[in-house]
Amino acid sequence: MNGFIPLWPDAASAHAGQVDQLVIAFTVLMVALTAPVFVLIVVFAVRYRRGKAANRTHRVNRSVWLETSWAAIPFLLTLFFFVWAAWLYFDLHRPPADAMEIDVVAKRWMWKFQHPEGQREIDDLHVPAGRPVKLTMTSEDVIHSLFVPALRVKQDVLPGRYTTLWFDADRPGSYPLECTQFCGTDHSLMHGRLVVMAGQDYARWLAGTQGGDTLAAEGRALFRSLGCSGCHGPGATVHAPKLEGLYGRPVPLQDGSTVTADEQYIRDSILEPNSRIAAGYPPIMPTFRNLVDEGEVQQLVAYIKSLATQPAEPTP
Amino acid sequence: MTDIQAGLPASGIVPETAEERVSYLRAGHSLRSWLLTTDHKRIAILYLIAITAFFFIGGAAAALIRLDLLTPQGDLLSNEGYNRAFTIHGVIMVWFFLIPSIPTTFGNFLIPLMIGARDLAFPRLNLLSWYIYVLGGLVTIYVLVTGGVDTGWTFYTPLSSMFANGHVVAAAAAVFIVGFSSILTGLNFIVTVHTLRAPGMGWGRLPLFVWSHYATSLVLVLATPVLAVTLALMAAERLFGIGIFDPALGGDPLLYQHLFWFYSHPAVYIMILPAMGVVSELVAAAAHKPVFGYWFVAFSSLAIAVIGFLVWGHHMFVAGQSMYASAVFSFLSIAVAVPSAIKVYNWTATLYKGHISLEPPFLFAMSFIGLFVIGGLTGLMLALLAVDVHVHDTTFVIAHFHYIMVGGTVSAFFGALHYWWPKFTGRTYSRIWGRLSAIFIFLGFNLTFFPQFLLGYLGMPRRYHVYDPAFQVLHVLSTAGASLLGVAYVLPFAYLLYSLRHGAPAGPNPWPATGLEWTVPSPPPKHNFDRIPVVTEAPYAYPVERRGDDG
Repeated sequence: MNGFIPLWPDAASAHAGQVDQLVIAFTVLMVALTAPVFVLIVVFAVRYRRGKAANRTHRVNRSVWLETSWAAIPFLLTLFFFVWAAWLYFDLHRPPADAMEIDVVAKRWMWKFQHPEGQREIDDLHVPAGRPVKLTMTSEDVIHSLFVPALRVKQDVLPGRYTTLWFDADRPGSYPLECTQFCGTDHSLMHGRLVVMAGQDYARWLAGTQGGDTLAAEGRALFRSLGCSGCHGPGATVHAPKLEGLYGRPVPLQDGSTVTADEQYIRDSILEPNSRIAAGYPPIMPTFRNLVDEGEVQQLVAYIKSLATQPAEPTP
Repeated sequence: MTDIQAGLPASGIVPETAEERVSYLRAGHSLRSWLLTTDHKRIAILYLIAITAFFFIGGAAAALIRLDLLTPQGDLLSNEGYNRAFTIHGVIMVWFFLIPSIPTTFGNFLIPLMIGARDLAFPRLNLLSWYIYVLGGLVTIYVLVTGGVDTGWTFYTPLSSMFANGHVVAAAAAVFIVGFSSILTGLNFIVTVHTLRAPGMGWGRLPLFVWSHYATSLVLVLATPVLAVTLALMAAERLFGIGIFDPALGGDPLLYQHLFWFYSHPAVYIMILPAMGVVSELVAAAAHKPVFGYWFVAFSSLAIAVIGFLVWGHHMFVAGQSMYASAVFSFLSIAVAVPSAIKVYNWTATLYKGHISLEPPFLFAMSFIGLFVIGGLTGLMLALLAVDVHVHDTTFVIAHFHYIMVGGTVSAFFGALHYWWPKFTGRTYSRIWGRLSAIFIFLGFNLTFFPQFLLGYLGMPRRYHVYDPAFQVLHVLSTAGASLLGVAYVLPFAYLLYSLRHGAPAGPNPWPATGLEWTVPSPPPKHNFDRIPVVTEAPYAYPVERRGDDG
């Protein structure tokens, strides 16, 4: 993206290169399909200009075959690109299982990132090169959208919901990171940098950044201070679901349906405990909506996820 | 007799004064004779004046936006000021110019003339829809002068319903109100086309302009109520805190987007279909040949209207909808391009071996085809899922839809204005200036919007007025183009008004072209036809050469 007039954006991931290939190939097809229109309009306008002598003899038959072919052939050619583009898009929705997880909270007009090791960043995000990173994102207020042009990826960030975005940046460097969903007054100031660092540089950055505890450990402290352990902890007298081994498992609900205990379910159970009640438990949990913000909810979720490997106690 | 009685659909003999028989423009000179008219031609003129005013207000907002973007720091406007400028630009241009533009002026004026009727089916309803439009417009002016609105024309929730601090409810009310004007106009056109066609004017003999307006009217009637309901729900959440869209109140923000685009994507076709109808007329008249593949062109309008209802999800590929839903919407969005492609190829084929005139209206038509093709193809790119993920909500999208709506619809609007101006007014204008303005509009438009494709792919988000300094050169080019475009849009205003007083009389058929509207005097008498015509031949019945000739 150098020069007086930049013409093509940086590419910091394999996916970016693949999107560029798709765009270039499709542009070639489009030029091939439309060049005849532009050329013929000019040629006809010159050759058959009113008042100019020319051979204008032509048949008046309807030409169903011609009509059908110029409708069908471009359509079929475009379908090839539809499949290609859908393939790349589906990839964006299937994060690898070993991706490093970073939590994101968008708020008018800033980005907050929480690393699993506990580092927190505002607006800038440091990630290691060559390692898949999965962002789990939510918003405190309106809809935002996280866009990194160099990665050719973008995902809206919604209030009340987790959306995810994953990428595998392989070229170290510093790239713009923007909010692209209009979010009010300072929308155009809601941007930062994605800093992709080589392995050792990233390790050095992690070590040099005041991180405190890991995200899960912070969640654990919060879990205690909010009094969650009074009901969900070992030895609690209240009949509440145990959280060990919960994450990723199916939970039977009171209404007979089953839900997988993913991040969204755990979040909703903290903020809106009565929306989906686990079967066999009385709906007695209060909402923590006014006690924790989305960032703290993510810490709690991280803690509960860290309990996934512990054995679940038999449900009553 | 009063104007209201005179405007009743004429069945048989209508008493006319001598003045009325000469021209609808002479049927009363008082303000009252205009403001209470039920003559479709006078109502068309009322609309032309009103939408021109809004075009210039919306254009002024665009000028502010482009000037502000000259520098990467956004020196001219505050953050809030910039947001209000692009919001009012969008609201006015979409609802108060583009959607009503061609149907309410040219559709209103020409549909009865083209099908051999003396007026629309419901002349008083027609006048009412103009008043509703004006009422909606006044509410918009109120929003503008009291400080504006800062949500973007899309009014996305929960920003609009819970967070924005401008006059959101008043702006939504304006759009709500003007929607009824659209619905009534659509209804009027549908009934008119079904019931008031002259003897012999079968469906296969309808001018393509009428076909495209018929398809447009179906969309107007079916889609606009959805927008009205959506905006009412948004206003209810804002005013009364009823949780519909805001998750903090138990709502779903994506529901708003589904409802909004269920209207607003078809609305794109409301804007482009009438333009396509205009271009079909212009291309046939330019080539002096029947339109190639009449039925394909006619039915492609209906196909666009129908498939256009099934593609709204392509606005939401990164919004968080299911990836399978996205794939279906992507497929359908590619499919909806097929009927458009059919039209473009048919127009080109129509020129083959024609007698091509390069008078101003025809230059606008060629310009339409070129710009519409670029807009359509970049639309196909946006329909490709992985590409959209990158360019969604960047200036690439801005450039794409301006190529369709401004490059397409506004070029067609100016083409129509230059083609039928002699019919509207009875006067001819300067052909030289007409050609120049067509060329300037084409050049200025491309210089304004082509750089925005590049900017968008580079990663320039839309609705940003503070941006990466690396993008400045392209922004300056775009603003330079906008300046040329602005001048080019004012030009016709000058020479067309000049022609009203100084233009030579046009005669009934200056181009010369087929079509019933060219069989009556220019300007037409108040009741259009002395005797309702009997149609005996297909449309565009231009002579066809059997042998080489001298042109």
